[in-house]
Amino acid sequence: MADETRTTTAEGSTGGGERPERSPERSSERPPDRGGDRGGDRNRGPRPGGPGGREGGRKYFRRKKVCKFCVEKIDAIDYKDYRLLGQFVSIESGKIVPRRLTGVCTPHQRRLSSAIKLARNIALLPFSGRAS
Amino acid sequence: MNRTYELMFIVRPDMPEEEQQKLISTLETVVTSSGGSVHKVDVMGKRRLAYTVRKFHDGIYVLLVLEGSGGLVHELERRLRVTEQVIKFITVRIDEAQKRLDKIKKLREAKRKAPPSPAPAEAGGETAAVTA
Repeated sequence: MADETRTTTAEGSTGGGERPERSPERSSERPPDRGGDRGGDRNRGPRPGGPGGREGGRKYFRRKKVCKFCVEKIDAIDYKDYRLLGQFVSIESGKIVPRRLTGVCTPHQRRLSSAIKLARNIALLPFSGRAS
Repeated sequence: MNRTYELMFIVRPDMPEEEQQKLISTLETVVTSSGGSVHKVDVMGKRRLAYTVRKFHDGIYVLLVLEGSGGLVHELERRLRVTEQVIKFITVRIDEAQKRLDKIKKLREAKRKAPPSPAPAEAGGETAAVTA
């Protein structure tokens, strides 16, 4: 019993010892402006590329994301083009992704969301859940 | 009589092709008899639906682009609703969107044909005016 406890505590201490070693490694491995996690909850300090002059705030734009439709000059967002629309829909839940994550500009986001809703009505995209 | 509509409907997957053709030709005759015109008929083939519609997981998509009045569309939809083989349909009006696209294309063509040579001339003119 005593031996067991000793061994467990020994393991625990090594485990505990390992853990703090790992976390600084992990955070240093992570590149500073990595996108993809929800919300800007890592306060990296004021960043020069962020929206002008906002310091100390927690929500940042990740990078200067450009609107895909403006860049490629896609005028008509067709509801039949489910592959294009599927890029702006959450894979897990089928929800429309907000434009602060995708970088789409406002008029295109409006047209995109109405196209997605049309596609959902005609069973090209699901209302909820994974697209099979 | 100048409204362009896009009518997309889904047919049961177990419908034989001759019946499909019969249905499409019936719709076409309805369109032409009320004074409209069919621009395009496109059988897009069997596709897996994003969700179950009337206990079907697949469906044959048919697209019909036509020109006509609102009353014509009302009549077509009524027929589709009555037809048992059609499990879903949607009508989209596309003439306004088409007008907008044509306008944008014309602007782009005009920009391309008039190369940006007036720009430096204008700048020179402006600076001259400022100095004078």
